[in-house]
Amino acid sequence: MAPSVPDWSLQQKGASDQRRHQAKIREALRDQLGELITEDAIITSEGGRAIKIPVRSLEQFKFRFHPWESDRVGQDQGQVKPGDIIGRLPVKAKSGSKGDQAGEEAGTDYYEVEVTLEDIEDLLFSELGLPYLRQKPKAALPEPRLEFKDVARRGLMGNLDKRRSLRANLLRHAKAGRAELGPWHPDDLRFRTWIQEEVEEHNAVVIAMRDISGSMGDFKKQMSRLFAFWMMRFLRRQYRSVDVVFLVHHTQAREVSEQDFFQLGESGGTKVSSVYELCESVIASRYPSALWNIYPIHFSDGDNWSDADNRRTVESIQRLLIQANVVGYAEIREGGYSSTLMSQFSKIVHPRFCVVTITGRDDLYPALKAFFPRTEQGK
Amino acid sequence: MNTVTSAYPDDRVIAELAQSHGLKLCPVIFEMVPASVLYEFAAYLIPGRMAHWSFGKQYQLLKLRYDYGLGKLYEMVVNTNPAYAFLLESNSSLENTMVRCHVFGHVDFFQTNYVFEPTHCNMIDVVSHHADRIRQYEFQYGRVVVEALLDSAMAIEEHVDWAPPDLSGLPPARAANDRGEADAGYPDLKPAAAKGSAHRSTRASEYPAWDLLDIIVRHSDGLDSWQRDVVSMVREEMQYFWPQIRTKIMNEGWATYWHIRLMQELDLSDSDYVDYARLSAAVTAPHDFQINPYGLGVRVFEDISRRFGEREMFFCREVEDDVSFVRNHLTQEIVDDLHLFVFGRDQQNVVVKSKDWKIVRDQLLHELTHGGVPVISVEDGDFHHRGELYLLHHHDGVDLDLPYAEQTLKHVFKLWGRPVHLDTVSSGRRMVLTAEGDTITQVLV
Repeated sequence: MAPSVPDWSLQQKGASDQRRHQAKIREALRDQLGELITEDAIITSEGGRAIKIPVRSLEQFKFRFHPWESDRVGQDQGQVKPGDIIGRLPVKAKSGSKGDQAGEEAGTDYYEVEVTLEDIEDLLFSELGLPYLRQKPKAALPEPRLEFKDVARRGLMGNLDKRRSLRANLLRHAKAGRAELGPWHPDDLRFRTWIQEEVEEHNAVVIAMRDISGSMGDFKKQMSRLFAFWMMRFLRRQYRSVDVVFLVHHTQAREVSEQDFFQLGESGGTKVSSVYELCESVIASRYPSALWNIYPIHFSDGDNWSDADNRRTVESIQRLLIQANVVGYAEIREGGYSSTLMSQFSKIVHPRFCVVTITGRDDLYPALKAFFPRTEQGK
Repeated sequence: MNTVTSAYPDDRVIAELAQSHGLKLCPVIFEMVPASVLYEFAAYLIPGRMAHWSFGKQYQLLKLRYDYGLGKLYEMVVNTNPAYAFLLESNSSLENTMVRCHVFGHVDFFQTNYVFEPTHCNMIDVVSHHADRIRQYEFQYGRVVVEALLDSAMAIEEHVDWAPPDLSGLPPARAANDRGEADAGYPDLKPAAAKGSAHRSTRASEYPAWDLLDIIVRHSDGLDSWQRDVVSMVREEMQYFWPQIRTKIMNEGWATYWHIRLMQELDLSDSDYVDYARLSAAVTAPHDFQINPYGLGVRVFEDISRRFGEREMFFCREVEDDVSFVRNHLTQEIVDDLHLFVFGRDQQNVVVKSKDWKIVRDQLLHELTHGGVPVISVEDGDFHHRGELYLLHHHDGVDLDLPYAEQTLKHVFKLWGRPVHLDTVSSGRRMVLTAEGDTITQVLV
């Protein structure tokens, strides 16, 4: 008997299989990432709060009976009587707004995993990169700088300021009548000490631009909101601080608050060049490219008034590309037609000009990856 | 525990007391283990078992519940000879005394109940060898490959031949024969590879068959010999667990009956006795409208003993399983006393439907039949004369969960290597599901 009986205290399989299970959860979430990042519950959840996500691939499928078709036998302490309601059917777990295939109604309880916004970010951001990051003169990602600038009466002996200590000793004895070095007293000692220098940080600025003309419907608003949300979260993770400037336009462009940016909708025509020109002037006045990593991104459905303005826009973009790290254009449209703006833009061939088209929720994830490609260069 | 001035009786004293009442015991090895180890054994159901993520999932669940103070496990008994009983290190001495009494009840049940007759007496060895071979295969063929194979085999693990037809209540002659080979030495070294090389049987006489995994091991087109070995390991382990699934109520009831009996006869202080009574009551109480098998089982055994005498009770623990136990011995009085009821869906609500004892009994029998697992037979292993597998669901009033069935059928396809069909009934209409690759088709017949 004895030889093959395991040593119970060496049991570790539970922990290692638990890790494997966790790894499978991560894999499954990664596979579902495209859906997860368009999940309203996730982006509206405040950090740290977990939400439940059904993970289908971790379900252990069996031949089993339909869970609620037949009755069951229960037991209590005698409280209930026939007719009493003792519970509600579990609300069908469903992955957000993605319609499940027809014929899936029976599977009520998929294995659910609790995730937080941070979990999703970790997964998403490990798929994204920050290409064309430029070293800015005053350190793009600075450490706080420590400077010895102050003197204190207490401190570490290693930081002893000998000259000042000698002077204090001399002064004390001089006051007492003898102007020479004498016996030492702890009060004589002076130490050099540091203060944390607040270094002016020039990091990154996102210039978010959005077409608020009548042609931008709810779907378009939501997609631009989601895209901007993940973009800002991502950049905030990469940089110590990220400035965001919100510009909206119809025939004229103006700067607005974040709230207005996502909510405004106005009727009227569209003149795209107006916003790109405003963008240029914002950069020129507040965000010199020598100091900032600049990420302009424009959301539009691609409608523009005139070809002349399209050309003007292209010229503006050419100028922007000199200053910005990446210039992004996200065309959000529901139909399959191609826009005049897009056909103009497609003529711009530049590695740092990134054009994505979003026609459905599924496109968001590839769009983010196109905008922030993970390359060797990007790391 | 075997210190000199122990206020509590040790294993030997309790074992002798149990034997004096007629319990048939084999040697029991008691081991004190920390919670992490006990919960690990509970997740794997037996120590030393192969690695698989699903056990890790279960382990995490149990451990989490323990850490949050929900659902504490006091012990786990492994049906081997000698038997192993793992007790939680943090149990009090009083708790452990009760647990020891309880354990002897289980050990007697394992030794005497007929459904355990074919059980291998050294299953820890068997599963440890399985675990070694799985590890070896992981090394040779890659962890992901082995894992995917286990996923598929485990999806249908219940569909093994767990018992011969229950004709006379006699010990199963057929199972004994099947086991003849197994019992002679190392069952896990059965020449699975040799079996695997057998060609697909076209003999109609083999069908219908109930042992889906066995048919796959012997006749699948899609498996190498090592893969057949893995599937037969899953099969063998499940055959070990089936008797426990079939006797959950009886087994726990019997162990509870004996911890109550033996504790009454042990010399305990008054305060200990009050603590014990509280503990024991908690063990048999229902939670969340779930039937408590401990409470139900012990109540039925007590009733048999009261009405027909102790001999009859001992006889029942030998020749019944949960289905016959409930069918033969559940009475109106017990259903009323234990507040059993039938509940179910009424639109979006869960509603108490009846407390009528016959309705309760019949519903319970339905839940217990075949361990609550749909009965599925292999009707043909060469369907269409193209080597396709034809499964039949024996519909007994409740439909299958179709999305689950579809996903499971994909696993069967992976094991079989040729199209797989499942004949079932859904919403009153007969239909055949077919899995081929990742595609599922539904045809109404």
